[in-house]
Amino acid sequence: MKSQAFQKVYTKLKNITKATVSLIAEDVGYDEMAVVNGRMAQVVKIVGDEVVLQVFSGTEGIPTNAEVTFLGNPPQIKVSDELSGRFFNAYGQPIDGGPEIEGEIREIGGPSVNPVRREQPSQLISTGIAGIDLNNSLVSGQKIPFFADSDQPYNQVMANVALRAKADKIILGGMGLSNDDYLFFKQVFDNAGALDRIVSFVNTTENPPVERLLVPDMALTAAEYFAVDKNESVLVLLTDMTLFADALSIVSNRMDQIPSKDSMPGSLYSDLARIYEKAVQFPSGGSITIVAVTTLSGGDITHAIPDNTGYITEGQLFLRRDTDIGKVIVDPFRSLSRLKQLVIGEQTREDHPQVMNAAVRLYADAANAKTKLDNGFDLTDYDERTLDFAKAYSEKLLAIDVNVDTDTMLDIGWELFGKYFSKAEVGIKKEMVDKYWNNN
Amino acid sequence: MEKNDNTTGTVSGIIANLVVVDVDGPVGQNEICFIAHGEESLMAEVIKVTGNQAYVQVFESTRGLKPGSKVDFRGHLLEVTLGPGMLSRNYDGLQNDLDKMEGVFLKRGDYTDPLNREKKWSFKPLASKGDEVVAGDWLGEVEENGMPHRIMVPFKLEETYTVKSLVKEGDYTVDDEIAVIESKDGETISVTMVQKWPVKVPIKAFQEKPRPFRLLETGVRCIDTLNPITEGGTGFIPGPFGTGKTVLQHAISKQAEADIVIIAACGERANEVVEIFKEFPELDDPRTGKKLIERTTIIANTSNMPVAAREASVYTAMTLGEYYRSMGLKVLLMADSTSRWAQALREMSNRLEELPGPDAFPMDLSAIISNFYSRAGYVHLKNEKSGSITFIGTVSPAGGNLKEPVTENTRKAARCFYGLSQDRADSKRYPAIDPIDSYSKYLEYPELQKSLEKNMGEHWLDNVIKAKDVLLSGKEANEQINILGDDGVPIDFHDKFWKAELIDFVVLQQDAFDDIDASTPLERQKYMLEKVLSIVDTEFEFKNFEQVGDFFKRLINQLKQMNYSEFQSDKFNGFEKELGEMLQEHAVEVKQEEAV
Repeated sequence: MKSQAFQKVYTKLKNITKATVSLIAEDVGYDEMAVVNGRMAQVVKIVGDEVVLQVFSGTEGIPTNAEVTFLGNPPQIKVSDELSGRFFNAYGQPIDGGPEIEGEIREIGGPSVNPVRREQPSQLISTGIAGIDLNNSLVSGQKIPFFADSDQPYNQVMANVALRAKADKIILGGMGLSNDDYLFFKQVFDNAGALDRIVSFVNTTENPPVERLLVPDMALTAAEYFAVDKNESVLVLLTDMTLFADALSIVSNRMDQIPSKDSMPGSLYSDLARIYEKAVQFPSGGSITIVAVTTLSGGDITHAIPDNTGYITEGQLFLRRDTDIGKVIVDPFRSLSRLKQLVIGEQTREDHPQVMNAAVRLYADAANAKTKLDNGFDLTDYDERTLDFAKAYSEKLLAIDVNVDTDTMLDIGWELFGKYFSKAEVGIKKEMVDKYWNNN
Repeated sequence: MEKNDNTTGTVSGIIANLVVVDVDGPVGQNEICFIAHGEESLMAEVIKVTGNQAYVQVFESTRGLKPGSKVDFRGHLLEVTLGPGMLSRNYDGLQNDLDKMEGVFLKRGDYTDPLNREKKWSFKPLASKGDEVVAGDWLGEVEENGMPHRIMVPFKLEETYTVKSLVKEGDYTVDDEIAVIESKDGETISVTMVQKWPVKVPIKAFQEKPRPFRLLETGVRCIDTLNPITEGGTGFIPGPFGTGKTVLQHAISKQAEADIVIIAACGERANEVVEIFKEFPELDDPRTGKKLIERTTIIANTSNMPVAAREASVYTAMTLGEYYRSMGLKVLLMADSTSRWAQALREMSNRLEELPGPDAFPMDLSAIISNFYSRAGYVHLKNEKSGSITFIGTVSPAGGNLKEPVTENTRKAARCFYGLSQDRADSKRYPAIDPIDSYSKYLEYPELQKSLEKNMGEHWLDNVIKAKDVLLSGKEANEQINILGDDGVPIDFHDKFWKAELIDFVVLQQDAFDDIDASTPLERQKYMLEKVLSIVDTEFEFKNFEQVGDFFKRLINQLKQMNYSEFQSDKFNGFEKELGEMLQEHAVEVKQEEAV
């Protein structure tokens, strides 16, 4: 980073730890950025005239006479339409070989939206994936993560969602992304001819982990520019938030903070909420929707990262391999979209809520039947039918390769009900049954 | 707080929202101060003092703050402003009126007046000249959204006063003098409609706090029927994410039999608060015919708003509740979620480098929670009227583990426990309140038993206990079936299991999104419980276990159609008639007399 001529240069460090350096300095503000021998750093503590700086890329090789200059501002990004189609690092510097961006300078991690100025999310986002559209409809202004084990194709599903969602802008915040995944996103977006509406901020596994902490704020500040200034609908993809949280715990550990559950900092909830709550429907029409990925370790959702995430986000989407059909499905039991109530049956057909619930209930009966089968008990006729239903339901609706519109999904639902069950077994409100049963 | 000198100070250290201030005079614990930062002024609270250094938690972001900034101490604790005009307002955790703030984004250091100073209220005196009054006594009243809003002798006054003058009936602003009262020593005090009160101190302007004795109707069947909460009672709802805490809380706040509803959205999702903002102005209050928002105050400190104000938000809400209770009103206070408040305490305790308790929470967490819950309750006021605060808090247990510190400590403080179960939520059995683990200690109160007997009939309590027993024996039967297999157990086990399912599906499960099913009045709850129990009491005959499930599924479907229909409408009665015919198919015709 270049420093400006009039800035005071400090050359005497007092303490150096693995992640921080401290020095005596004047007139320094909290959160301010600094440069230590060319490395980016940020003020994390001020005690009297001693300032503690967190050096993002670590302090290896920093001497006590390192040159320190303060930039006089918190982390910033330049925003303008020129962002479109470009790739940046965690500091907002281009990494695609293109020119620097010209635009207005904005602080990242800015203030929250006044809750009374928010609009209620109301615009359905269709993805064509029935596991999402039928059972867990997404709404603009929503924040929702994929909870997935590392071996599941979450980035592919997320890319599909992004491309089908018809957003004006897609902003990718990649944290600890492997180089292969980075290239995957680049290629998929390019092939879809969508590159010009995509902005990417990427921290790959090759970059220092602590730098990741800046990525979500960079991505969301850019998102706010498009959503507020341009009234656009913006979809922000954050992958992988688990690696972001890991970086938080590294920092808190190095700052000698007392860890709480799972070695995570006690402020994990607030730290994650600050990011996810940037999802908003603005009254002017613009919106920010966040689809994130939280990788699990061995499917454990009680770990502090998915646990805190679940309390913040408006639902979660679980991917699971269904061995019966040999495909990855969106798990109907553990997945949930909290905002679906705002759109289903309103922006979709009236029978949507009932069909959704009945199908999931019958699928649950199938799971019970399966347990019986596994335990070596005889199955009833009903059990057998639920198992057949479950397989068809999984194949025709839950699988992530499904791509149909919502009405078709509902029709498929009725078709399956009619094929395997009686009206009483399905247990749907009579008016709906009268209208839709055996229509096909 | 006895401290009049205006102390000032200078910022000397900053660690996130913890700021160290060198002070030049006396400071009090929890005293409020303002830190000058450019044109902004940031509010903060003293949380620790060492020597001439005060540690203050700032209620805002400290980004850009520099050492050397000037600090001005105010000599009082965190206070709320109490007066008419708080209903249907949306406040932040520090009682700033969110609607008065400009712009889409919250601005740091933007503090707005919680009251409307221009509006004129039509005042009616309730006291007379010469009356002897003490703190909390009613001097007069204005009408706020159709609710009587009493103007009281300020709570801060400790002596007995004589009313020296009182204005006539007429229109006044909140700041107009409405009375002058005089102490024994001849000191006169001018009383307006506005007073201030520190949020962490309970308002004790009442005679006594008896044990709660009356059921508070919520319209939620698995609460009212099975584990009722009382007027002035306390309850908590712990549940892992996705089990429906918020939907349940919203349902209770919409339907419960209360004059005033105060909702503290404490560290939760902003979109959930927006839902209240948008829905409540539309929804009719079944009790007054007005809109729900007119009896509601919302305290919103969403999860992305400053952490330090999160703790303040629940206290602000409770203080507002106590204020309305002192007017003889029934207040329902909901806090979602108290875990976030505990986490805010943890963050600060960590920055202060205090020795941590379990899960890094502060050691005094238990005391803080108990203290807070104890502020709810039913009270007899000094004028023989009564008022109440019913408090229901949600808890978000980390990892869904009910043994974590916040849940454990809340269990000690709250009398009703509505545990939401992941299993029930997974199988979409909403509300997911676990019928077997949940409890209401009030059911053991003779006071409540007596009033239930009077209002719900003498068999009510027996029926409730019976329903619980059927649920438990159904669960046991189900476990046996799962171990031994469907045909490895006598048909009787299936009968038991399905009778429990019948209660589960018809009484416990309730569709919060259906216009009719969402709220069930007590009369209807009584009718349906008796109906279901009469089926439970019926002896059925089946050839094999498959018949049992098929038969009961049809019964459940039929009873659910009844739940979806207007009570005792033609549709309802039609379904009921069909149900009666269905029952005959397998009922054993045993005459009680013959059997004996």
